[in-house]
Amino acid sequence: MNKKTIATHIEKTTLIGQRVRKPDAADKSTGKTRYINDLVLPQMLYGKILHAGRPHAQIVSIDTTAAEQLPGVHGVLTGKDVAGLKFGFVRDNVALKETVRCEHDEVAAVAAETEEIASQALGLIKVEYKDLPGVFSPEDGRREDAPLIRGDFPGNKSLHFAFEHGDLTAAEAESDIIVDNVFKVHHVTHCCMGTSCAIADFDNNGKLTIYSQTQYPYNYKMDLAPALGMHPGDIRVIQPPVGGAFGSKLDVYPYEPIAALLAKKTGRPVKVLYTREEEFKSAPTRQPAVIHMRTGCKKDGTLTFRSADVLLDNGAYTSWGPTIPVVMMRTVSGHYRVPVIAYNAQAIYTNNPYAGSFRGYGNVQTTFATAQQIDMLAEQLDMDPIEFRLMNAQKPGERTPQQAFLRECALDKCLTTAADATDFVTRQKEYGLLRNSDSRYKKGIGIASSIHNAGGAKIHKSDGCGTMLKVDDYARATLITGASEIGQGIDTVISLIVAEELGIPVEHVTLMNNDSDLAPWDVGVHASRTTFIAGEGARRAAVKARQQILNAASTFAEISADELDLRDGFVVRDKEGSIVIKLEKLLRQMHFQPEPELVMVTDYYEPNSEPEGADHISNMSAAYSHAVHIAEITVDTWTGEIKVDKITSAQDVGRVISRAGLEGQTEGGIAIGLGYALTEDMQLEDGMLKNPCFRDYKVITAPEMPELDLHFIEDGCAEGPYGAKGAAELPTIVIAPAIANAFYNATGVRILSTPLSPEKVVRALILAQQADVSSSDSMATAAVS
Amino acid sequence: MMSLKTQINFKLNGQPVTVTVPVTMNTLTMLRDELDLTGTKYACGEGECGACTIRLDGKTINSCLMYAVDCDGREVVTIEGLKSGETLHPLQQAFVDHGAIQCGFCIPGMIMQADYLVENNPDLDRARIRRGLEGNICRCTGYTKVLDAITSVVESRE
Ligand code: FES
Ligand code: FES
Repeated sequence: MNKKTIATHIEKTTLIGQRVRKPDAADKSTGKTRYINDLVLPQMLYGKILHAGRPHAQIVSIDTTAAEQLPGVHGVLTGKDVAGLKFGFVRDNVALKETVRCEHDEVAAVAAETEEIASQALGLIKVEYKDLPGVFSPEDGRREDAPLIRGDFPGNKSLHFAFEHGDLTAAEAESDIIVDNVFKVHHVTHCCMGTSCAIADFDNNGKLTIYSQTQYPYNYKMDLAPALGMHPGDIRVIQPPVGGAFGSKLDVYPYEPIAALLAKKTGRPVKVLYTREEEFKSAPTRQPAVIHMRTGCKKDGTLTFRSADVLLDNGAYTSWGPTIPVVMMRTVSGHYRVPVIAYNAQAIYTNNPYAGSFRGYGNVQTTFATAQQIDMLAEQLDMDPIEFRLMNAQKPGERTPQQAFLRECALDKCLTTAADATDFVTRQKEYGLLRNSDSRYKKGIGIASSIHNAGGAKIHKSDGCGTMLKVDDYARATLITGASEIGQGIDTVISLIVAEELGIPVEHVTLMNNDSDLAPWDVGVHASRTTFIAGEGARRAAVKARQQILNAASTFAEISADELDLRDGFVVRDKEGSIVIKLEKLLRQMHFQPEPELVMVTDYYEPNSEPEGADHISNMSAAYSHAVHIAEITVDTWTGEIKVDKITSAQDVGRVISRAGLEGQTEGGIAIGLGYALTEDMQLEDGMLKNPCFRDYKVITAPEMPELDLHFIEDGCAEGPYGAKGAAELPTIVIAPAIANAFYNATGVRILSTPLSPEKVVRALILAQQADVSSSDSMATAAVS
Repeated sequence: MMSLKTQINFKLNGQPVTVTVPVTMNTLTMLRDELDLTGTKYACGEGECGACTIRLDGKTINSCLMYAVDCDGREVVTIEGLKSGETLHPLQQAFVDHGAIQCGFCIPGMIMQADYLVENNPDLDRARIRRGLEGNICRCTGYTKVLDAITSVVESRE
């Protein structure tokens, strides 16, 4: 008979920074996971939306009689059914429209037994439109004679943001070099693989349960309520697994109240699920903008000022897109030490699709400008490009003009790590010398850096997160958090943290975070905040539970709690690792003693940051971090194709928690950034999307993915869990300007607009050649917008 | 609109099945709506993303582009048919172990395509895997860990 040998000593180990399997990965690998797109409720009807398919029009009449009479149709809604139910950031949206302001505007909606019947019913709705002249660029929209898109917003003016610091005129006067460019950044969209979906269901007490892809369940209730004329407290949000979000689900979009209104009308659950074409046309975009930026410096390389005048294409409604100046100005004022700042941003309503939040949130756009101008200055100064950046790099303890406090700051380390790993300075020189060779293929290397909030972003009054944790009689832990899982891997981070503190296997931690009736307050997955804030909340809750357990163990074993530790499902003596008692046994003893005790703790973590005020002077994040990307590219000067050979990234992450998760976020972030830089482009003609499919809207696929060399700088962070900082957005932010700078290195030509598509590259090269021929200056360079 | 229906017989994940489907229905819809195999995903419906990839008589196809009736008499394997008993298929295990799964929506299609590549290419290397995956879009992972996972399976078979 085998006697089971049990170890008597357990070594101390740590899970922090280890590779831990994502808890839901096995089910996702087998097709078992039921995404929201897969869900079917009993008695469920299918909702379909009639989109206007024109950019600007008055609805003269709408006749739904035939649709209503079609067998299998249970309800039809039009604009008159939702009159007055305005929602959105500035209450400028309504679920169903009476005036059309963009191509995808929702005109009518049908609920039917099947999707086919619903589609057929849409075809039976007769709408008479009176087309109106449209506005398709912010430049046109602000002209005095521009058609007015909304009576309540004179001059088509949407949101406006400004920040000034220091004396601009004086700073300009003392500058030896000033670079002055207009950058243009374009429309792209999230392309979540799971298309947009909502399922709404009312109970007989009038309470709405909405199955949603939202990534901010709490404020979602508040934002959805006015679209339904309900109290937010009567809405329960269930978040089944989703096929990606990337910021796109940080707002309420019309299809969601439409699902709810159809459910209310029919008394049955209603599911609305977009086709890919609808997704392209109706999902939010990244905010496009025209950025007029100027940066100055002295002969010795000291930066003197930076000014930015930004014009944003608001689109037809105001979602999160036009609020990106709040983040843009942080980079304008904080990317390197810039003493004088003048920032101004105006969003203009147009009849284009409207922008929401998208991973990188404004910083993708700004960094395209700042990082190219830094590159231009380094060249004009004829300084070592890394030296120039290092001398202007902010140091730990510094503040930006907006009072962002860089308690920890590893920009210099990011710069030297990436530069050393690529032999950047030498190779940049070499490639620069070869740019006038006859070779069809030209090589280039480019560097870019940026700063991003890495400890949340206090754009609401609170940036906190609530956590509840119980440890049951079997030593299994359940953690309930407000933080959502959208594929990014907070489930891994939190399980790992709880397992670390309680000394139990990661697999023994269950995460509950998909039901707003259960989970406490959180402001959502955005601003690279979740690992930092929900992770810290989980750590604090786990520490409390751990202390309760250790105290009980101390009483039981008559050993001071300080001398005990939890490892591998046991209470052990901290120093020797010798076993004191099995954890589950202790937990049962705690429970069944004369004065019973259960391990159930709560925590509310509010990060140490200040709300972003109207003056934009505050330390709005509890931490900030930097990243540097170096792109190595090959340009085919005949076809205009840019092949990215390698990306070297150095990013200040504070400390790695879930290593595979962090790498995955970085790699995926780079892929999205690459698409923005090179291939993705929503082709809009008079507000109409010409390429609503993956064939014509080209996202990065496996063959285009370059070799990656990732360096994580782990200098810690006083506030974050175990020293970690938020990390998921920077990889998307720095890539486009690194490529643009590499392109300049390869060809001597600047491209100042995204994307660097083959057509644009060829055009730029031809223009540069012509300019070169007609110019006496053989070093002439050209800039193309 | 009355849709003409027809009965078809085929082998699905090793088991014979008989279904009656509208002649206009595509295979993806049949799998998801008629047979409750929701592991195969819709993400474009026009053969551009690979989320709906299944094996048909050993080949991989985009099930969104094929009529359901064309399954008649053939052999279909979906993501649900890959694991044997309690054990994950080596590719499934490798995707889990390498952190190649984030939202996971593309993963069933990705794994079906990888399975085909591994089975049919004696000298599969990273470059060939890249090419072989070009019809499968993933918006989350940047493919690097997907390539790591598949490469590990190729290496372990050698
Ligand atoms: S759903 Fe079939 S290829 Fe995209
Ligand atoms: S893991 Fe999300 S699309 Fe691939």
